[in-house]
Amino acid sequence: MNLESIRMAVRGMLANRMRSALTMLGVLIGVGAVIILVAVGSGSAAAAAKSLEALGSNTLTVSAGGFGAGARGGTQSRGITITDNDVTALSDKTQLPDVSAVIPIVNGSTSSAASFNGASTTPGSFIGTIAAYSPVRNAPVTAGRFLTDDDIANHNEVMVVGTTFAKNLLGATANPNALLNEQVQLGSQSLTVIGILKSKGSNGFQDQDDIVILPESVVRDFYTGNTGTVSQVIVQAETAAATTNVQAEITSLLQSRHTGSTATSFRVLNQASLLSTQADSNRTFTVLLGSVAAISLLVGGIGVMNIMLVTVTERTREIGIRKAIGARTSNIVSQFLTEAVLLSLLGGLLGVACGFIGSHFTIVGVKPVIETYSVVLAIGVSLAVGLFFGIYPASRAAKLRPIDALRHE
Amino acid sequence: MSAPLSSVADPTTANPTTANPAAANPAAAEAPRRRPAVIELRRISKIYGVGDIEVHALKDISLDIERGDFVAIMGASGSGKSTLMNVIGCLDVATKGRYRLAGTDVGNLTDDEQATIRNRRIGFIFQSFNLIPRTTALVNVELPLVYAGVKRGERRDRAIAALERVGLGARIDHMPNQLSGGQQQRVAIARAIVTNPAIILADEPTGALDSTSTAEVLSIFEELNMERRTVVVITHEDEVAVHAKRVVRFRDGEIVSDVRQATIRGLPPNVSSPAHAVRSIA
Ligand SMILES: Nc1ncnc2c1ncn2[C@@H]1O[C@H](COP(=O)(O)OP(=O)(O)OP(=O)(O)O)[C@@H](O)[C@H]1O
Ligand SMILES: Nc1ncnc2c1ncn2[C@@H]1O[C@H](COP(=O)(O)OP(=O)(O)OP(=O)(O)O)[C@@H](O)[C@H]1O
Ligand SMILES: [Mg+2]
Ligand SMILES: [Mg+2]
Repeated sequence: MNLESIRMAVRGMLANRMRSALTMLGVLIGVGAVIILVAVGSGSAAAAAKSLEALGSNTLTVSAGGFGAGARGGTQSRGITITDNDVTALSDKTQLPDVSAVIPIVNGSTSSAASFNGASTTPGSFIGTIAAYSPVRNAPVTAGRFLTDDDIANHNEVMVVGTTFAKNLLGATANPNALLNEQVQLGSQSLTVIGILKSKGSNGFQDQDDIVILPESVVRDFYTGNTGTVSQVIVQAETAAATTNVQAEITSLLQSRHTGSTATSFRVLNQASLLSTQADSNRTFTVLLGSVAAISLLVGGIGVMNIMLVTVTERTREIGIRKAIGARTSNIVSQFLTEAVLLSLLGGLLGVACGFIGSHFTIVGVKPVIETYSVVLAIGVSLAVGLFFGIYPASRAAKLRPIDALRHE
Repeated sequence: MSAPLSSVADPTTANPTTANPAAANPAAAEAPRRRPAVIELRRISKIYGVGDIEVHALKDISLDIERGDFVAIMGASGSGKSTLMNVIGCLDVATKGRYRLAGTDVGNLTDDEQATIRNRRIGFIFQSFNLIPRTTALVNVELPLVYAGVKRGERRDRAIAALERVGLGARIDHMPNQLSGGQQQRVAIARAIVTNPAIILADEPTGALDSTSTAEVLSIFEELNMERRTVVVITHEDEVAVHAKRVVRFRDGEIVSDVRQATIRGLPPNVSSPAHAVRSIA
């Protein structure tokens, strides 16, 4: 590939600007999509790992069992309902000496819309809990304060909110702290915002900042009614080493308290099992994104292939003319090869540029993390496709007798 | 049947010269002459298609054309003139028969060797111009020199000179679709002569030209011929044929007449002024 064939290739590309641009666009989209989608996949995996770490290594989550929503009592689900008495029993130091904290969580109704100054939003999660939630779940406030034991005991009509929730009411560019001390209507009740939670970002599935936290007692007063049950209990073990022990103790305690229940009637998850479930679903997510990316690369490749095939067919006459005035087969092949390399390479580099620029933005709440392998893979595949479909038909046309190429319609 | 025609009609057979080194070739024994023809066609047939749609475009043609000759090929449409020209120009191969160009059997050459012959020895002017689209006249004319490995500066100078010679000096940056039919024809002629080929093959080069341009193109051919280059022109026009030293007529793929109008060594018949001849050779 000497200077002469590069000059000739550039001239060929400029003589067919539209076609060259379309070919490059195909490569660009394929390469860009692979880089961005893989980056989103690994970004969400990284975020999930970080949020799991934030949970602490010595917490256990007790929830109703069966197939997911035990409380709904579906036919396959013989789940139990966790009651306030269960919470009290779990807190009994004599029965569970290694437990350092027990945090009940009551889910508010998911359909409660919040409104403030004409803006309205429905929080992604709406929970009622107690003061100890903040240290155990690693959920500090950046402004104001968290719930206190007094708030719970006195049924104070207050709430702590996440930054996304605040921005949904104030506007995307507003400082979420501006909501502090304001009265926000949540469902039928007006509540005072007493604290803004520190931002946690997305865990890969859901924005953890789209949340409102109320005193457990207030949720029961106004939203769920005093049913004497809780949705979830977070149990903190004294040490990480004791976690497995505590998990077994909780299981046997709950089983003895609920006659007829089995080990699947409720779930006691520790961080290790959470981690592995999360890792599993993250892998699924990344594989899914990867397939979407592979498909777009394939579509881009087919586009390149089409354009290259059309190009060569359309230019068979030109190949005939060149041969008639003395071009050798190798001259023709090297011209088309150079054109294909330049187009794929330019398109690929533009695609990488787009991928890098695109990965600077937060996409569906995930900060993308660029993977080197995706860049190499995307460029490699598009280059291979461009080269193969650039050279193969060109070399076939170059082998025609000049007169047959010239007669080509 | 047509093989003896050319030798009988060729007065130069009795005119021995020592100029051609190919005379030493023993294969020349087949045609007993001192100076073998630069183009030797022996029993050439060309059949297109198979079965019912078979077309016998050339039927057992034998023809010799010597170096320095100026041949006009005439004949009705579809009589096989272009087919013959494509075989002579190494663009196509005959179905049967042997073709020797300057003593070399073309059938034995590889594709790349044929490409080199087309590039160095032959200037081909097509019936349908065959310029590369979306590419300027200058680049079109430069192209044969690119494949000949000529350097950029020299290439450009020679291409411009060739375009000026055909009267297109002012149109070098025009694309083919910005040129009139006659102008495209002249670009094609410039491309054929830019490499200074020993053989010029022109398939109706004046078909799209007015009488003034035709005269200009013919005088270019006469000049080239006076430089001892071989010129073969297909034409339908008698005004063009009178400029040739020899006129070969075709009918249905066969040669029906072969008339010599002037000697090979002499001037083309319509060039009367020796001064003109001297100037162009110099
Ligand atoms: N590729 C081809 N396939 C089939 N038949 C062909 C092909 N090329 C030429 N022919 C036929 O061969 C015959 C000779 O064609 P050719 O082009 O040599 O004619 P010509 O003498 O140059 O005519 P014109 O003066 O119209 O250019 C014609 O009958 C034509 O139809
Ligand atoms: N698309 C174009 N862009 C620029 N110049 C053009 C274009 N088409 C024609 N010309 C110029 O306009 C002039 C007239 O062109 P036209 O094709 O009408 O000539 P013509 O009389 O048909 O000649 P010919 O007998 O050679 O066919 C020429 O000088 C040509 O170069
Ligand atoms: Mg013809
Ligand atoms: Mg015209």
